[in-house]
Amino acid sequence: MNNAFLTATFRKRFPGGPEIVADALQVGGGITVLFGASGSGKTTLLRCLAGLEIPDEGEITFAGEIWFGQRGLRNRKPGATLLPARLRGVGFVPQDYALFPHLTVAGNVGYGLQALPAAESAARVLETLRWLGLTGLEHRRPGELSGGQQQRVALARAVVRRPKLLLLDEPLAALDTPTRLRLRGELRQLLRGLGLPTLLVTHDRFEALALGDQMVVMAEGRIQQSGPVTEVFNRPANLAVAHIAGTETVLPASVVKVVDGIVTVAVGDVKLVAVAPDFPAHATAAHVCIRADDVILVADVLPPASARNRFSATVVAVERDGPLLRVELDCGFLLKALLTPQAAAEMELQPRAAVGVLIKAPHIHLIPR
Amino acid sequence: MSGAEWQLVGFSLRMALASLLLVFPVGLALAWCLARKHWPGKALVETVVSLPLVLPPVVTGLVLLQLFGRRGPVGSWLHHTFNLEVVFTWRAVVVALATMSLPLFVRAARTAFEEVDVKFEQLARTLGAGEWRVFFTITLPLAKRGVLAGTLLAFARALGEFGATIMVAGNLPGRTTTLPVAIYQAVENGEDAHAWLLAGVSAIIAFAAVFVSEQLLRRSK
Repeated sequence: MNNAFLTATFRKRFPGGPEIVADALQVGGGITVLFGASGSGKTTLLRCLAGLEIPDEGEITFAGEIWFGQRGLRNRKPGATLLPARLRGVGFVPQDYALFPHLTVAGNVGYGLQALPAAESAARVLETLRWLGLTGLEHRRPGELSGGQQQRVALARAVVRRPKLLLLDEPLAALDTPTRLRLRGELRQLLRGLGLPTLLVTHDRFEALALGDQMVVMAEGRIQQSGPVTEVFNRPANLAVAHIAGTETVLPASVVKVVDGIVTVAVGDVKLVAVAPDFPAHATAAHVCIRADDVILVADVLPPASARNRFSATVVAVERDGPLLRVELDCGFLLKALLTPQAAAEMELQPRAAVGVLIKAPHIHLIPR
Repeated sequence: MSGAEWQLVGFSLRMALASLLLVFPVGLALAWCLARKHWPGKALVETVVSLPLVLPPVVTGLVLLQLFGRRGPVGSWLHHTFNLEVVFTWRAVVVALATMSLPLFVRAARTAFEEVDVKFEQLARTLGAGEWRVFFTITLPLAKRGVLAGTLLAFARALGEFGATIMVAGNLPGRTTTLPVAIYQAVENGEDAHAWLLAGVSAIIAFAAVFVSEQLLRRSK
C-alpha cells in the first residue's frame, strides 16, 4: 500500500492471554477494514493504536510522528517514546460507544472541543449533529437514544475534533439486524464523505465488503494478509485467510438496472442477474458474492450471450479441498467452484478445458457500495 | 434552649463541617489512588486509613494525643513552625473528628470510583482530556452518588464522635465540648432533662442530614 499514514509493527501480550502481533500494519487514505474472527486480537490492536494499551515492544508512527517507539521496550523502560492517547489526535469509537451517561448529546459531542471558544465549539457541535441527522437531539441523554442514534453520536464525538485518524471498533455490532443492514450503506457514505484515514474492525465479511477499500486480515493474533478487499477475498494468502474469508468469489460490479427486486450488474463484459429485493435504487456499484458451492458446472460449452447467468469458461486450476475439488475458472473474471471428484472425472475437468457455468439468480449475493 | 445550648450545637456543627473540609480533599485523593493506581505500600496505607474503624476510638485518641502533643512529632513541628497549639483546643476536635470519619468516606468513595467504568475515562483521554479534566468531568460526576453517601456517613460519624475527641481535646465547656461529650456530662451530673434535650437536637440534625442527602441523590439521578 502506498501513501500509508500509519505504519505499525508491535507485539502485545496480556498476562495469561495470547500474544498479539501487528507486523507491518499500514493504514492509508480511505477505509481499511481490520477483519478477523472474534478473539483474533483486533480490538487489542486498535486500542494500542489509540494509545489505550501500551505495546510490549515495537513501533507505531503516524505521518512521521512517533506514537510509540523503541524496540525491546517492556514496562515503559526509560528511553521509550510514548505519545499519550490525548495527544494522538485519534477519533476512537469503541464497540459499545461509551457515551458519557451523565452528559447530553451536545455535551458528549462537544467534550473534545474544550480548547475552542465556547461559541465556536457550540457551532461546530451543531454543524456535526446536522451532518449526521441528529439535529433536535442536543439535550437528550444517551439513555434516551436508539442504538442507531447512539452510534451516530459516538461518531460525531470522534469526528468533531477533526482527528488525523479514525478508529472504529465493530461500529455496527451493537445494533439489531434491520438497523445494522440499513446503517451499513449509510456508514460508508459518511466515512467516504469525511475522507479521513479510517481503520474499522469487523468480524462480518459482508460488513468488510460493504465498508472497506483496503483490508487487513487477522487470525490467531497475527496479520495474515493485507490488500484491496476483493483481492483478499479472491486470493487468500493462506488457509487461515481462506477459512475466515469463506469460499466466495467477490467481484466489483457496476449496476446496470434495478427492476422489481431483480438487479442486473456488469462484471467487466459479463452481465449477471441477481435477486435482491432490498437493493437500494440509487446504488451504482456493488460487490458480487458467489459461493463456490453454488456454482454449477456442465460439460456442454454454452454459446456466448446465452440465457442469463449461463456462460462458458476455461478451467484455470483444479485443487483438492478436503473431500471436494476446488476449481478456478476464467469466465471473463475469476470464479471459484467446488465439486466432487466423481463429477470432475465425468466432465474430464483439467486445466485449459472448456466448461459451461450456471448460477441461479438467488445465489448471486449483492452488496451495494 | 439556652444560649449555652445554642452555642454547643453551633460549635458541634462547625467542628463536624470543618472536619469534612479536611476529609473531603484528602479522602478523594486517597480513594482515587486506591481505586485507580497500583503503588508500593498501597496495602499499608489502606490498613492505616481503616484502622480507626476497628480500633477502640479511645485508642485512636491516645495515638493522636501522642502525635499532636507538644512533644509529639506533629505537635512539636506545628508549635515551632506556626506557633500552633492543637491538643485541648478546637483544632484537636477537628483532627479527632477527621481521623475518625476519614475511613468511612474513603471506603465509600473508593467503591464509587471503582464502579466507574474506565472505558469512559479512556475515551475522554482520546478526546484530548488530561488527568485532572478526566477526574473532574468524568470520574467524579459518575461517582457522585457514592461520594455523596460517603460524605453523609463521614458527617454523621463526626457529629457522634466521643472517645477520640475526649482523649485529645478534653471537655472544656464552650471551647472543646461537643454534643456527645455534653450529653455524657449531663447524665454524669444527673441532669437527665438536659441530656434528653441534647439527644433530641442530635436526632434532628441527623434526620436533616439524611433528608438533605436524599434530596441531593434524587436530583443527581
